[in-house]
Amino acid sequence: MNVTRRNLLGGIAAIGAAPLLAPLRGWAAEDTIKVGILHSLSGTMAISETTLKDVMLMLIAEQNAKGGVLGKKLEAVVVDPASNWPLFAEKARELISQDKVAAVFGCWTSVSRKSVLPVFKELNSILFYPVQYEGQESERNVFYTGAAPNQQAIPAVDYLMSADGGGVKRWVLEGTDYVYPRTTNKILEAYLKSKGVADEDIMINYTPFGFSDWQTEVSKIKAFGAAGKKTAVVSTINGDANVPFYKELGNQGIKAEDIPVVAFSVGEEELAGLDTKPLVGHLAAWNYFESIKTPENAAFIEAWHKFTGNPKRVTNDPMEAHYIGFNMWVKAVEKAGTTDADKVIDALPGIEAPNLTGGMSKMLPNHHITKPVYIGEIQEDGQFDVVWKTPDLVPGEPWSPYLPESKDLVSDWVTLKCGNYDKVKQVCLGANG
Amino acid sequence: MTSLLRALALLLALGCAGAAAAQDFAGLIAALPGGSYADRAKVVKDLGLTGDPRALVVLRALEADDLKVLADGTPVIVNDKTGAAVAAVDGSDRGTPAADSLDRVKVNNAVRRALRSAIGMLTLRDPDPARRLAAARDALKAADPDQIEALDAALAAETDAGVAATLAEARAAAVLKSPDAAGPDQLAAIATLAARGDDAARAALTPVAASAKPDLAKAAQAALARIDEAQRFWGLAQNLWYGLSLGSVLMLAAVGLAITFGVMGVINMAHGELVMLGAYTTFVVQQVIRAEAPGLFGWSLVIAAPLAFVVAGAVGVVIERGIVRHLYGRPLETLLATWGVSLMLQQAVRSAFGPDNRDVGNPGWMSGAFHLGQMQITWNRLWILVFAFAVFAVLLMVLKRTPIGLQMRAVTQNRAMAANMGIRTGRVDALTFGLGSGIAGLAGVALSQIDNVSPNLGQNYIVDSFMVVVFGGAGNIWGTMAGAFTLGIANKFLEPFAGAVLGKILILVGIILFIQKRPRGLFAVKGRAVEA
Repeated sequence: MNVTRRNLLGGIAAIGAAPLLAPLRGWAAEDTIKVGILHSLSGTMAISETTLKDVMLMLIAEQNAKGGVLGKKLEAVVVDPASNWPLFAEKARELISQDKVAAVFGCWTSVSRKSVLPVFKELNSILFYPVQYEGQESERNVFYTGAAPNQQAIPAVDYLMSADGGGVKRWVLEGTDYVYPRTTNKILEAYLKSKGVADEDIMINYTPFGFSDWQTEVSKIKAFGAAGKKTAVVSTINGDANVPFYKELGNQGIKAEDIPVVAFSVGEEELAGLDTKPLVGHLAAWNYFESIKTPENAAFIEAWHKFTGNPKRVTNDPMEAHYIGFNMWVKAVEKAGTTDADKVIDALPGIEAPNLTGGMSKMLPNHHITKPVYIGEIQEDGQFDVVWKTPDLVPGEPWSPYLPESKDLVSDWVTLKCGNYDKVKQVCLGANG
Repeated sequence: MTSLLRALALLLALGCAGAAAAQDFAGLIAALPGGSYADRAKVVKDLGLTGDPRALVVLRALEADDLKVLADGTPVIVNDKTGAAVAAVDGSDRGTPAADSLDRVKVNNAVRRALRSAIGMLTLRDPDPARRLAAARDALKAADPDQIEALDAALAAETDAGVAATLAEARAAAVLKSPDAAGPDQLAAIATLAARGDDAARAALTPVAASAKPDLAKAAQAALARIDEAQRFWGLAQNLWYGLSLGSVLMLAAVGLAITFGVMGVINMAHGELVMLGAYTTFVVQQVIRAEAPGLFGWSLVIAAPLAFVVAGAVGVVIERGIVRHLYGRPLETLLATWGVSLMLQQAVRSAFGPDNRDVGNPGWMSGAFHLGQMQITWNRLWILVFAFAVFAVLLMVLKRTPIGLQMRAVTQNRAMAANMGIRTGRVDALTFGLGSGIAGLAGVALSQIDNVSPNLGQNYIVDSFMVVVFGGAGNIWGTMAGAFTLGIANKFLEPFAGAVLGKILILVGIILFIQKRPRGLFAVKGRAVEA
């Protein structure tokens, strides 16, 4: 009976998914379940995204070795959007309408995510987005497995304000000039002010992408720090600009003991290109560090080294996000008994999957997940030493309660069926929000 | 518990003389691994105040991550290389424990801060004046009232005038923080720090300016105003230096292009990738040196420079002979073809070395900074400035004083006439392009010290390079130099007011307006050569 129902559902899904003019092609594709991988393999973002493509291939291979999903093998479809934002949308369309993938794992920058959003909505497919981001978004077709601001930025600032973190009173918010740092800094500024930090104790600076001459900026930070109050830098500097920034800090003699820098975009991968000796003690906030000792993590790192054939390849936070997201998707597909997008989207909230730091992450009705938050200090070997962590997993909140425009919004795709429900006006803002 | 017993046993063995100090020391060492980071920072501070030379050994080991804990709870110092362990408390041999049986004694920034200050306290009487100076600076940063006594003692014994001055300033900073220091003492402290007049003095004085005691607050405000006044001048000097430094980087990146684009008129979009090849040559040289002859690391850049010139120059000659020479007089096709070459070079490097950043180390003489008055100058920027001028001077010599330079100028000014005079123009073209490319490679060696070495390195500099050459006036390498320094200094004076993003936009708008007025740039080449 069970088997017939599954076949029936499969048949309906296939008919639903197949283009009307070519039903045969739809049936032929039944042998495997296709999974789309939408990460840049060339251009400026290749440095970060190539690793995510590799980790997805590894996860898919592992799942196939376990027998696949719903008795079918998974097949990876890799495309290269080449760090070109409009091309992300084109490639997403190609994956969904031509290759008929069941779900897509991809994107890194927020602008690439925004670029593919309309495609996923129009063609009703599923995107797993693995990178920490600025929040202020919750879409029915997207599952955010990276950190929302309350799972990275806010706890990091809390740590620095605590006695253990040095009791910081003065803040430099230093970022690259684009949407993620600007939104994050807006939230942080509101948060700091709500904690009683005065205007003159907050300095916000932006620099262009790929900025390399940090002399003026770093000396500004130094002068700002010489006011007799403990000062820290919160860095949302992106990508390549980090290396010259940290080199300049080291050369100008700014030590972590004096002015610590806590970064949200610097992980093991970024440190691989740096001499970390002058940087010991600077901080990063993530939901995962390679140095965390758990059996799951040890197994993951071993599998990763074996898969890449390189015992020196590091692991990082967005890789863990894909690990969690992929396992959640597999469980949801098995629970729904189909890869049909609507059914999987409905099945995903409530699904639990182990993370690599010994906990169980859960997909929430707002399409974000629960994660632990760790603060790590950079060590001489380029790894992070965890100095602080949240006692429990933190549930992701897409809408910041510290910004006036989003403080009344909630997202709930299970009961409210809305990503931006206004609690006060009791209305779903929908696309107008 | 066992460690406590051990400490007690040791105490008994030591007998009565100095028992109290020994208990202090042994007890503190035993307490070091336990508790939270805050507890550890407290123990470290107390160890610093013991003045015990044995504490220095332990604290240095903790700083270097060599202090470990045996399975039975004994803190030991482990030798990095041999793995041999000695007890932290008395230096007795503990054999060679297996690495995985040892627990680390972890430090965070708070503990590190305490460590720096404690080590400073313990080295205040070091025979080496440089160490004493470093210790006094650490004490100035710490500004800890608990250290006043030790600082007084060190000050009384100090013979070196420079160290004594810093010690007095450190004492002043500590006195200002002390709640029970006398009023006159604190006023004197303000005067001492005002005379120092740098960021450290400002950090110590700022809280006092908001003090509840009116005379103190007034004195501190006056001192801060004086410091600000002096720093305004130094701020200008600092901006000028930053501008010169940015200018030197721009000049290095652009001067090769001044040859290929400025003199030969070839729009070489692969120029940035030639810079990148120079940086990767430096990386390879350093890898070889690390593996084969680590002692030569300090020389790695000196060795890499000629190699980078040869590698980039050779690639340049191949590009010229293979592609560019077929396209002379067709700038659009040249632009597209060389852009294609740039993509190919990027992808080739990405395939060979991987897409992520490569770690190019800074030799000792390229790291750190020194002070000139209230101005801080980083060594790497200074050497790059020197290097940029050296490259420029040599290039000028080659163009003006050598036969090949004469031939280059002849061919670019009037090709037909030069050919009639027996110059092999094809060979000269290849050599000129090679020279420009080789200089791009040299720029890569310098940029590897301040930027990331990744396949995208060149893209960050190509636009700036063209901007400099066009602004300075194509065809004139003096113009390139003037253009680079004008843009660098203008940028650095705009940045503090307008911010990095707006500053860059303003510079671009300025250049566009300037080019409208003077289409041939700052130093236009005049005469018939222009029309050729």
